[in-house]
Amino acid sequence: MKRLELGYVNIKDVQFADKSEVRDGVLYVNQEEIKAIVMEDETIKNVSFDIARPGESVRITPVKDVIEPRVKVEGPGGVFPGMLCKPETVGSGRTHVLRGCAVVTAGKIVGFQEGIIDMTGPGAKYTPFSKLNNFVMVIEPVDGLKQHEYEHAVRMAGFKVAAKLGELAKELTPDEVKVFETPNVKEGIEMYPNLPRVAYVQMLQSQGLLHDTYVYGVDAKRSLSSMIFPTETMDCAIVSGNCVSACDKNTTYHHQNNPVVADLFEQHGKTLNFVGVIITNENVYLADKQRSSDWAAKLAELLGVDGVIVSQEGFGNPDTDLIMNCVKIEKKGIKTTIITDEYAGQDGKSQSLADADPLATAVVTGGNANEVITLPKMDKVIGTLDYVDKIAGGHAGSLAADGTITAELQVITGATNELGFNCLSAR
Amino acid sequence: MSKIRIVHYINQFFAQKGGEEMAHIPAEKVAGKVGPGMALEEAFKGEAEIVATIICGDSYFNENLEKAQKEIIEMIKEEKPDMFIAGPAFNAGRYGVACGTIAEAVKNELNIPVLTGMYIENPGADMFKSKVYICPTKNSAAGMKDAVSKMAPLALKLAKGEAIGASCEDNYMPNGIRKNFFDVKRGSARAVDMLLAKLADKPFETEYPMPSFDRVAPHAAIKDLSKAKIAFVTSGGIVAKGNPDHIESSNASHFGKYCIEGINDFTPENSETAHGGYDPVYANADADRVIPLDVMREFVADGTVGALHEYYYSTVGNGTAVASAKKFGEAIAEDLKAAGVDGVILTST
Repeated sequence: MKRLELGYVNIKDVQFADKSEVRDGVLYVNQEEIKAIVMEDETIKNVSFDIARPGESVRITPVKDVIEPRVKVEGPGGVFPGMLCKPETVGSGRTHVLRGCAVVTAGKIVGFQEGIIDMTGPGAKYTPFSKLNNFVMVIEPVDGLKQHEYEHAVRMAGFKVAAKLGELAKELTPDEVKVFETPNVKEGIEMYPNLPRVAYVQMLQSQGLLHDTYVYGVDAKRSLSSMIFPTETMDCAIVSGNCVSACDKNTTYHHQNNPVVADLFEQHGKTLNFVGVIITNENVYLADKQRSSDWAAKLAELLGVDGVIVSQEGFGNPDTDLIMNCVKIEKKGIKTTIITDEYAGQDGKSQSLADADPLATAVVTGGNANEVITLPKMDKVIGTLDYVDKIAGGHAGSLAADGTITAELQVITGATNELGFNCLSAR
Repeated sequence: MSKIRIVHYINQFFAQKGGEEMAHIPAEKVAGKVGPGMALEEAFKGEAEIVATIICGDSYFNENLEKAQKEIIEMIKEEKPDMFIAGPAFNAGRYGVACGTIAEAVKNELNIPVLTGMYIENPGADMFKSKVYICPTKNSAAGMKDAVSKMAPLALKLAKGEAIGASCEDNYMPNGIRKNFFDVKRGSARAVDMLLAKLADKPFETEYPMPSFDRVAPHAAIKDLSKAKIAFVTSGGIVAKGNPDHIESSNASHFGKYCIEGINDFTPENSETAHGGYDPVYANADADRVIPLDVMREFVADGTVGALHEYYYSTVGNGTAVASAKKFGEAIAEDLKAAGVDGVILTST
């Protein structure tokens, strides 16, 4: 039995202060202290900090990652295993979470592959991060730094700062504690003999060239499909190293708060028996696709599950991995539901996916990422608007002289998330 | 505000003129509401009125298609209506086809909003659901109350020119236009519900029915490359330096055509990629990685390949709608044919 307690410390505001601490639901941050941590990396030239709160007239762009501060209180290992600490297996004991806030990293890494978070207005409805108190770090690289080195620097800075802020909650009494338990295969069958056995197949973005996800520090594109306990994801075992279209990339925050994991746990022991998580990648080579989907199906077969939920990350090329996973698992006699999003064109008339199969009978969609949205000017911009015309989902003229942005939903961080994080859908 | 003026179309049966034996009656117009129009008008709650009803026999309409349409359009035109409603036709096949046909004609010729309703298996549904709004109804007139409860609110929305939501929100048959909306539950919870239903062999509704694919059979192989003229076409986004055509990094709205006469090698000085979705460093440093121009020039020089077309064509594949890609493909193919190109090397990213 794998058992993790998550202790949620509710954060209702973030403020700059002389001393970093969490007091009465407010996260106080000493900028100098955080700056020293970020500047440990010699490839970083400068960092500036800002705070964006729900409802404020603030636009953050270009957003790279969003990370929730967490800390390991009891049990083996530490948060961000394999990235910040040893790759010891996590997911048991107790972890504290600063709920209601996040570290947002920003910088023009690729320019067109970062996103927008609006804290108010029509855009705010589409991103879950408008509801958080965001501690934003805009990170500037030293001159001549290659994009992949810059990505690495920003990624690691985000984790280090999130872990540092998470530490502030280590001794606190949480506002709420939730317990998550996963029995092993034998125990599960004995405990719930009459419930359908369900696994979650999580596809990790691994197309390479800045489209990477890391599991215990391992680049997912260099790994075979594998299995983990769902609670390991809550201890930051899976993290984002992505610069892809903002709307359907899984930020580290999404991985930490995986909604499929949460909703399967919600039903665990009631309507189903949540057996575990199969992680598989989305490589670009055909041989890799065939191997990885074979392995995902094989692991589902080995677990002897009745059904799986498959979630995708990204679009286009990974649509083929999604359909391969779905078809191969269905052919094992295991029922599937897949979660994806759509690129149906601005007029909604195009075919939504790059691949399809009649066996994919149960599809959940996060919405059409091509649908056009108008984002009015915000009073304040954290970062820069320099890349709005070039961002994936933008076009020449997206940014009007008055500061209004007209672009596809694609530009909004997390808008059409394929873990099913949002209520957005399409018909 | 004055009431919205609606003209309503029904067949002989719903006008209580008779069944099949009266299906031959020609179109006639009567003032005000008749039959199902009463329930519709009641549901409009004073916001709209049915100013006239057109009654037409199903056989008459379908056997005199052009004539009947012309007559009916004239009758409708005289009323200067704001909106046109036909049916609901439930599972009556000829009535459904008539409703769809006349609704489409009114929409195109009189340029006013139109609405009809019918059972999903009515042949008129497949024929017209992507052309006019059709509310799905039950399969018999016993479902009139249900049909009216769907049609009346949508009719008012259409007549007022309000934004129409997704098909499941505004109760019309999916018409091939995908529309976003906020569901009550988040996607992951919907996925769990759907899987539980599927596991229990209970009915569930997929949010995206799988499309059927348009597969293109490959052309016969070129027998003698040394006599062939070859062109490059790419979705890898390689453009002339500076992206002069402003091709978007994702969901491209157009393609570019670039002259490569006199260019033997792509360099960071003469080319770059406009493509989002991958690290552009390597493509920008040497675009031959995406379009192998340098190698092709060698093949032409040693006679392996007859000639290289003086232009290459490029767009961005990232997130580009299939309909756009098809359009680009057709335009590029026309151009290639006109230039006497025998074969194409298609590259992606």
